[in-house]
Amino acid sequence: MKSLAELEAIRKATLSRINVRTEEKGETTRVVIGMATCGIAAGARPVMLAFMDEIQKRQLAHVTVSQTGCVGMCRLEPMVDVIVPGQEKITYVHVKPDMVPRIVAEHIVNGRPVQEYTIGAAENA
Amino acid sequence: MDIYRAHVLVCGGTGCSSSGSATLIELFEQKIEEYGLSKEVKVIRTGCFGLCEAGPVVIVYPDGTFYSRVKPENVEEIVSEHLLKGRKVEHLVYTDHATKEQNSEKALEDINFYKHQHRIALRNCGVIDPENIDEYLAMDGYRALEKALTTMTREQVIDEVLKSGLRGRGGAGFPTGMKWKFAYNSVNDQKYVACNADEGDPGAFMDRSILEGDPHAVIEAMAIAGYAIGASEGYIYVRAEYPIAVKRLRVAIKQAEEYGLLGDNIFETGFNFHLFIRLGAGAFVCGEETALMHSIEGKRGEPTTRPPFPAVKGLFEKPTMLNNVETYANVAQIILHGADWYNAIGTEKSKGTKVFALGGKINNTGLVEVPMGTTLRTVIYDVGGGCPNGKKFKAVQTGGPSGGCLPESLLDTPVDYENLIAAGSMMGSGGMIVMDEDNCMVDIARFYMDFIVDESCGKCTPCRVGTKRMLEILQRIVDGKGEEGDIEKLEDLAKTIKNTALCGLGQTAANPVLSTLRFFRDEYEAHIKEKRCPAHHCKNLLQYKITDKCKGCTACARVCPAGAITGEIKQQHSIDPKKCLKCGACMEKCRFGAIIKE
Repeated sequence: MKSLAELEAIRKATLSRINVRTEEKGETTRVVIGMATCGIAAGARPVMLAFMDEIQKRQLAHVTVSQTGCVGMCRLEPMVDVIVPGQEKITYVHVKPDMVPRIVAEHIVNGRPVQEYTIGAAENA
Repeated sequence: MDIYRAHVLVCGGTGCSSSGSATLIELFEQKIEEYGLSKEVKVIRTGCFGLCEAGPVVIVYPDGTFYSRVKPENVEEIVSEHLLKGRKVEHLVYTDHATKEQNSEKALEDINFYKHQHRIALRNCGVIDPENIDEYLAMDGYRALEKALTTMTREQVIDEVLKSGLRGRGGAGFPTGMKWKFAYNSVNDQKYVACNADEGDPGAFMDRSILEGDPHAVIEAMAIAGYAIGASEGYIYVRAEYPIAVKRLRVAIKQAEEYGLLGDNIFETGFNFHLFIRLGAGAFVCGEETALMHSIEGKRGEPTTRPPFPAVKGLFEKPTMLNNVETYANVAQIILHGADWYNAIGTEKSKGTKVFALGGKINNTGLVEVPMGTTLRTVIYDVGGGCPNGKKFKAVQTGGPSGGCLPESLLDTPVDYENLIAAGSMMGSGGMIVMDEDNCMVDIARFYMDFIVDESCGKCTPCRVGTKRMLEILQRIVDGKGEEGDIEKLEDLAKTIKNTALCGLGQTAANPVLSTLRFFRDEYEAHIKEKRCPAHHCKNLLQYKITDKCKGCTACARVCPAGAITGEIKQQHSIDPKKCLKCGACMEKCRFGAIIKE
């Protein structure tokens, strides 16, 4: 027997798992990972798994993880775009799995992009 | 269940299952494993998407790519191209019949088939995994039960259903709230809620699809109904011929019990509700409410006279409230969003939406849900995609064996309870069978009468003997032995049966004959007076002939099983009408269109 609070928790957790199927694109934060040959060779797959893991831990509904092809800057792979509705798209480069929790916490949850991981920071360095 | 970046939804409804979707699911899981994607991609078996004609249907999210008619050999391509590399497999993407447009860039809702639909009863079908209660919960499942039990009085629940304007979706269209009220007003130590899932109309599969795709919607609504009328037990009467629906119902009831959503002291409110399944052996008459309840009790499935109505004396002689599957599927949404939300949809007297099973001579065979008041034309042409092979539309049969056939001139009739009855048919449970110029309307009437004769329980004479006599006359007419006066005899019998039969089955049994007589009397007359079948369908009234388009290729002569075709090579052939079996094999074989039916 589940209490009302437990049912609510199940609702929230399940919604974060199946939101990939709801098509309200406007409200969904999208994490798009470059997964062409160049991205995969640079280690994009563990990065993607780290994103999925972190999103699940935090039970974030309205966040989807998807893959895309090569954008042409193979030297900067693994690359990750984070698109929060209503904000500018932010591109992170040379992403490693241990950087993922910070991106999720600061950018996706709190809306402040992690400047030092972005493509702008990498190009100016 | 973990988070996945992509979900592959495979339809597990009866239609797609019979075209091999179970194999697809296994293959997808196997290939995803082989490509090392099992941590990223999840395969989910859902209920019916509705577009059965394009089955087996596979949808890949997050992009919502709609693959149709997927074969086992296509699975690897989808996995290696789409799931691994992110490239859609264009040649498998669904193509719209009417526009010949591929939908690769379009979302599911933009396909013509879905565009005109409004899904309330079918809201979760094809979206969630029906065997996973968590997914139902995530789609606001059991929130309505929670709201009813914790914030509303029993009277408020009934009032909300009454105000919503919801009417019985089994066909008769009795206001659901009134039914609940009658059962509420009955005083007794034990009352029952029952669900009629004995879907028997030929070509109808709305209830099956709801039970297969979203069983919890029905369970939740029955619990709400139990609370409202004061019943602690419920019965679902479902056909044994629906094995997938029965299995998913069983799984769903078990899960709901584990979560404490069924059982004793639900949400600690002191409300108890237990649900049981009873399997029907597939007798059409058991869809009639009194017969259904006798069958649940273990007695012979025969109707009895009303009154007493079930709300007074039903199951086990106790007050019982019986609703159809689709009616229940609307209830949770009404409680959740309010009566005013629901009664804003539809027409003045018919509120909400109606699910139809589209079948017969139509491109998009499948399941559709449209707002009440949508015209037949929209349902058949815009959603259904019209008749295949460029054939001309002739009639649409609605309401099953109790309904009627409507001709093209009535296609602009808005679909609701009153308008369909005024047009000479009825809403019925929601079967919609489309006929084109090749269908003989007399033979259609004969088909339905044959069904009724088979299914008549035999308890009352008008139905048992009367329908048999009508069938004999109809058989005589399609055999080319119709006599002057047959039409009048049919009308006379129909009137008598209508006025004197015991239950709804008998009282409406003559409707298919009456409606075809009303709109297609000329076809009956052609059969009787001219011994001619205008649709070239009735075998005894037609002849196959070879025209001068014949090139003398001998293909027809070789395929003829009766040896009725003779002719020299490169010369026009001919058919010996005495030997011809009228099987049509020659006509199918001929590449020059030289063989015609007259």
